[in-house]
Amino acid sequence: MNNPNSWFQFALYVGALLLVTKPLGLYLLQVLDPKGKTWLDPVVRPIERLTYRICGIDPAKEQNWIGYTVAMLLFSLVSLLFTYFILRYQDHLPLNPQNFPGLSPHLAFNTAASFTTNTNWQSYGGESTMSYFSQMVALTIHNFMSAAVGIAIAAALVRGIARQTAQTIGNFWADTVRVTYYLLVPVSFVFALFLVSQGIIQNFKPYTVAKTYEPYTVQVPKTDDKGQPVLAADGKTPVLVDQVVDTQTIVQGPMASQIAIKMLGTNGGGYANANAAHPFENPTALSNFLQMLSIFAIPSALTFYLGRMVKNPRHGWAVWGAMFALFVAGTLVCWQAEARGNPIHQKLGVAAADGNMEGKEVRFGIFNSALFATITTDASCGAVNAMHDSFTPIGGLVPLFNIQTGEVIFGGVGAGLYGMLIFVILAVFIAGLMVGRTPEYLGKKIQAYDVKLVMLVLIVLSATILGGTAWASISDWGQAGLNNSGPHGFSEILYAYSSAVGNNGSAFAGLTANPADGNPHWDTTLGIAMLIGRFLMIIPILALAGNLASKKLVPASAGTFKVEGLTFVVLLVGTVVLVGALTFLPALAMGPVVEHYLMGAGTLF
Amino acid sequence: MKTILLEIKTSLLVTLIFAVLLCGAYPLAVWAGAQAIFPAQANGSLVSDKDGTVRGSLLLAQNFASDKYFQPRPSAAGTGYDATSSSGTNLGPTSQKLSDSIKAAVAAYRTSNGLAADAVVPADAVTSSGSGLDPHISLTNAGLQAARVAKARGISVAQVQALITQTGRARDWGVFGEPSVNVLQLNLVLDQAYAAK
Repeated sequence: MNNPNSWFQFALYVGALLLVTKPLGLYLLQVLDPKGKTWLDPVVRPIERLTYRICGIDPAKEQNWIGYTVAMLLFSLVSLLFTYFILRYQDHLPLNPQNFPGLSPHLAFNTAASFTTNTNWQSYGGESTMSYFSQMVALTIHNFMSAAVGIAIAAALVRGIARQTAQTIGNFWADTVRVTYYLLVPVSFVFALFLVSQGIIQNFKPYTVAKTYEPYTVQVPKTDDKGQPVLAADGKTPVLVDQVVDTQTIVQGPMASQIAIKMLGTNGGGYANANAAHPFENPTALSNFLQMLSIFAIPSALTFYLGRMVKNPRHGWAVWGAMFALFVAGTLVCWQAEARGNPIHQKLGVAAADGNMEGKEVRFGIFNSALFATITTDASCGAVNAMHDSFTPIGGLVPLFNIQTGEVIFGGVGAGLYGMLIFVILAVFIAGLMVGRTPEYLGKKIQAYDVKLVMLVLIVLSATILGGTAWASISDWGQAGLNNSGPHGFSEILYAYSSAVGNNGSAFAGLTANPADGNPHWDTTLGIAMLIGRFLMIIPILALAGNLASKKLVPASAGTFKVEGLTFVVLLVGTVVLVGALTFLPALAMGPVVEHYLMGAGTLF
Repeated sequence: MKTILLEIKTSLLVTLIFAVLLCGAYPLAVWAGAQAIFPAQANGSLVSDKDGTVRGSLLLAQNFASDKYFQPRPSAAGTGYDATSSSGTNLGPTSQKLSDSIKAAVAAYRTSNGLAADAVVPADAVTSSGSGLDPHISLTNAGLQAARVAKARGISVAQVQALITQTGRARDWGVFGEPSVNVLQLNLVLDQAYAAK
């Protein structure tokens, strides 16, 4: 922490984020208006019109909240099945030079649910499971679509807040198509080319076999003709045989095009198993910086969109300010913990000044790993450039807590804003209770129905996280997946369900959710948790949007609670932290908190 | 019911059009641009001999174990440096297994580099990276290996140090990331300048 250069990098990041927020926000205002004008119109408008014509979409015809929800659900279902079947039968499809087999039903379900819900949890190792066709079609399509749908939902909610006595909240198809065509594709294209310049691959060649400079010998378990491991006389220990390694198989494929949208759309599902820690996925500190920026760019711009749409720019910036305060706090705590390192390892002779480098890459170092971990979990991105499982207990608690707040600290594209607006309404409600009058939000009375919807979202999500964690913790299948024991093992389970419900997708990745014995419990429960986390959040939010849109405006009075300025920011931050803390503190105490003290005492498991 | 059927039809059509545009045209356009402007990077930053044999990628660590070469960080990718199964150890801070492996790595590092039995060892030298393929080591780590490499090649430590300085990479644009040195690149430069004994 006493390295001035790291502070300078942090300042640059914040500066860059501020710099993109307004221009991108202004652009979003045009993109999310079917009649909006952008400088891409000459190129994109004809494609957009053609799409509408082929699909029979009338962009000017707005939908009420039920119509919007039905369209969103059916689109998600159709595209989920599309991905499921491609993954199941990838061996019969083109672009499979490594001849990977089709995926098992539960792995295909988990992956399809994962990508449809913008979670992008990876139960599989990309480079050893997925054909180029699966990567490029089955997975990448959701990187675009789930991001576009998220932004569309956020726009619908903002319209609901901004309008009065209105029946409709926009056209789902127009929103989705326009966000994809005008925002996601053009930015991804430029970003992908930049990433290639840094070293990310983009080709369709089979994997390259390199003849390495120094052949060496490793010991691997001996297998019989059927591929079963041969056991020693005691029937337990596997027999080991020497194997000479004189080649290295180098992964190839269309990676850059996928990585660009993976970051920009806060998807996070990597091409390779190690995600953005893999030198091909994130080759330089510069690519790392822009990947971090691309995670927060759209969520940050959406707060500007909110401010403009409700004709109260200061409200937009107040929401931004609350997110920013939580982001800085998380970064500092995580950075401090990782820089301090692990006293157990330092006693063995590891340099204390180097911090905790286990699971981190040298080109990023401590600061950029801690910053990335905070950003990726503040947002619902879930890409990782270091292994969270190997973070110190407090360093790992930060990402975990970030996810458990509901990923509202900038958050996923769209999802972050609509999640935060849930807390805004809750904060306004609490403020109303404190002064003893009917709460109002931007001139709309917040009534029992609205608060019930808000509570429904919060309760369903936390119950799913805690329920899933409890079930897995006491089950054989749950414990079988663990890579660590003691409190850290519990943290792996808690992280998995938090990540799934939060649609984050990062992991304490030692956990094996797709075990070799084919036990489907982890894949299936996590897949269901992701669907709950996505759709049982979106449906109440669209209902809320519809209800808010239909309300009348009440004129502001002396007693109106102001949703801008420092008081509001503090109240909003307090609401987010308190709801998160009250719900998850007991579980966190059993995991990372107790582990922190055990690490200090030198206890090992 | 009619609306639902209509929306299913729209969903199917939009999915198909997106598949063509986002999963066909978009990656192909990136591919064409990448191959035209940055062909070396787009194909894996490969290192080849004069006869065209591919020997590795500048971005991926491969195993170097002998004294005459700089050694990369420990790797948890497959059986080690397996570029088809990138991975960290994912062992937590209170893991006995991790503690044991770090203990062994510290001892081995001290012995092979002729360090005192209580010498402090750079963290990157004894911990596994996130990918298991981290191509870099810290400058401190490289500096501590210099004497061993110099001795094995019968050259002076200063000559090796000069190559570290020459190969070492500063922060990107002087700001981003951490200074580091690419192990494969350094070893190639070494072989070029001073053939191994």
